[in-house]
Amino acid sequence: MKASGLIAGSEVDGYTIGQRLHQGGMATLWSVNHPDIACPLLMKVPNLFEGEDPAAIVSFEMEQMILPRLTGPHMPKFYAAGDFSRQPYVVMEHVEGQSLLTHLDHLPLPVSDIAALGAEIATALDDLHGQHVVHLDIKPSNLMRRPDGRIVLIDFGLSRHDQLPDLMSEEFRLPYGTAPYMAPEQVLGVRTEPRADLFALGVLMYFFATGTRPFGDPQSLNGLKRRLWRDPPPPRALRSDIPAWLQELILRCLEVDPEARHPTAAQLAFDLRHPQGVPLTQRATKSQADNFLTVMRRRFAGDDKGRARRGSQSAQLSSAPIIVLALDLSGASDDLTDGLRQTVARLLRAAPAARLACLNVLKLARLAIDRSVDDQGQNKHAQRLGALKRWAAPLGLRDDRLTYHILEAVDPAAAILDYVARNRVDHVVIGARADSTLRTLLGSVSAQVAAHAPCTVTTVRNRSFGLDDAGSAG
Amino acid sequence: MRLALMADIHSNREAFDACLNHAADQSAEGYVLLGDYVGYGADPAYVVDRIMDLCAKGTKAVIGNHDAAIDGDTKAMNPIAATAIQWTRDQINPAQRKFLRDLPLSVEDDGRLFVHAEATEPARFGYITNTESAARDLHDSQAPAVFCGHVHMPAIYGITATEKVMRHVPVAGVPVPLPRHRRWLVVLGSVGQPRDGNPDACYAILDTVRSEITFHRLAYDIEAAGRKILAAGLPEFLATRLFIGR
Repeated sequence: MKASGLIAGSEVDGYTIGQRLHQGGMATLWSVNHPDIACPLLMKVPNLFEGEDPAAIVSFEMEQMILPRLTGPHMPKFYAAGDFSRQPYVVMEHVEGQSLLTHLDHLPLPVSDIAALGAEIATALDDLHGQHVVHLDIKPSNLMRRPDGRIVLIDFGLSRHDQLPDLMSEEFRLPYGTAPYMAPEQVLGVRTEPRADLFALGVLMYFFATGTRPFGDPQSLNGLKRRLWRDPPPPRALRSDIPAWLQELILRCLEVDPEARHPTAAQLAFDLRHPQGVPLTQRATKSQADNFLTVMRRRFAGDDKGRARRGSQSAQLSSAPIIVLALDLSGASDDLTDGLRQTVARLLRAAPAARLACLNVLKLARLAIDRSVDDQGQNKHAQRLGALKRWAAPLGLRDDRLTYHILEAVDPAAAILDYVARNRVDHVVIGARADSTLRTLLGSVSAQVAAHAPCTVTTVRNRSFGLDDAGSAG
Repeated sequence: MRLALMADIHSNREAFDACLNHAADQSAEGYVLLGDYVGYGADPAYVVDRIMDLCAKGTKAVIGNHDAAIDGDTKAMNPIAATAIQWTRDQINPAQRKFLRDLPLSVEDDGRLFVHAEATEPARFGYITNTESAARDLHDSQAPAVFCGHVHMPAIYGITATEKVMRHVPVAGVPVPLPRHRRWLVVLGSVGQPRDGNPDACYAILDTVRSEITFHRLAYDIEAAGRKILAAGLPEFLATRLFIGR
């Protein structure tokens, strides 16, 4: 089948058509180049023929609307778009690296690979959701891995931008998506739920961990709907060396009710990167799929449509922030410690789905060899962990909203900033110490964090109106 | 070309000035005014004067039902609207009155139809409030893109590949592409009396080259506009509703 009037060597708006890379059902991909653009480029051209599925056109239009608005390392860079009046196309970065399809020959993957890959994908999803878009077609072939390990999301043909007209919503009665990966609410026609992407990621992790797709590859709408009430066998039943925490995370992604999944992709990424902090529930210990009666009850007593309700996407993202509390355990005053706790408690009250990560930096000497044991022979890590836990106890947070981390670093500010960037933290709360000699010499940690963090920073300090302190900045 | 589209100004000087200034800052190169310049608010003479100035420099403007009522009747209006029209008649001079009377019902420009309320029967001043009324209007009219006001609540309707009509509520400041191969019906919000729960003045800028429309919402001096309505002896509700945008 010929895809369009394009042939290798022809030119469209300054782009020279090269090799045809892929001929899909909905579009054709060409390698193209442009004299002013150095990076490798890809031109996507929709298949426009009589009798073509109108979905091919509409999904191309959606991609043409959405792609130019996306930025950052997890999206292909957009270059140009062509109008339907002449030659419709989009030109984008030809992402270096391979799609995750290449993993399919090597399943199941080692546990550490799955967690690392899952965390990268969840991080990319968080980036996308923050840009007002739900992908709705997360699967191995739509995930590219850059040489540096970062994931690039491709193909936004089924995606939904919550600030743009949704051409897909009115167009088709059947849900569009990829059968094995589609979230239950997506099967029911909901296109506005970011956590649908977490479900798809759960399917992918399940598949990569066990070599089996949790819901198979159903070919009918009835087959698709089965996932609303029939749960898959727990991954550990298929592969015994899967740790309980990974089963916990995968099964949480596969929850039918989006409310039961992680509130945000960033929180899922966080858990995948900190397995020791994942609170284990019944999901972790489940050894077989639910019994007949439970499944039947779910099937016939469920309120499927009700489960698919949701509010606005941005409202949901902002109500589930990741908050970091950076606690200095070396000689901070009790007042300051209390002040920090009050500030954090206020933030947590305002955002009920927020999670708190308590950080402490174990400062390493630049030259000397450090010992992890102090003079009394006590393990510094354990001591600090205990101190963090004691600090957090009065907050009364549930385990799944709270984690503790001891970082080891020569430069505490840099360590905190690195942690904040890697975990897509939304808010840092940090104390500013009052004594000033050291601070003047070295520059305070809180000031460096406040100056360079890519998110909100609250600096907490003791109120002091002494003359000496007037005008000083922490 | 960047065209600022403004509808339902309703004698609200403060809101109109805020929109005109903002449009100038956004480097708008032209204006299209979509009717209902008078009624409800306390500054009809000022608003009509500014519009006459703009039109003298080539701006296109259509007539709204409140403008038509100045020289016509108020039978179709609710009592509050009718009271405001009565009051307005004494506030404007014969030249302004003639200007309003002579405005066209619709204006066409390069495949775009501008009208106050609806494309198919502009003199009827019907309301496009949902996909059904939008579908009727798009179905019966020929223009590829229709722009109107009248309902004081912004919305964008489009006909999809399978002839269905979808509705989108625009988000302020976010450009929405209007691809030329589809047909569009854009309902502007109101400059001078928003009713979508957001009291900020609403207008839009259409980029005709990129075929993209961006709605803008602007805070303006509501207190001043409201005080003048009360001072004029107009119904109090006309002042209070400005504060809540209903």
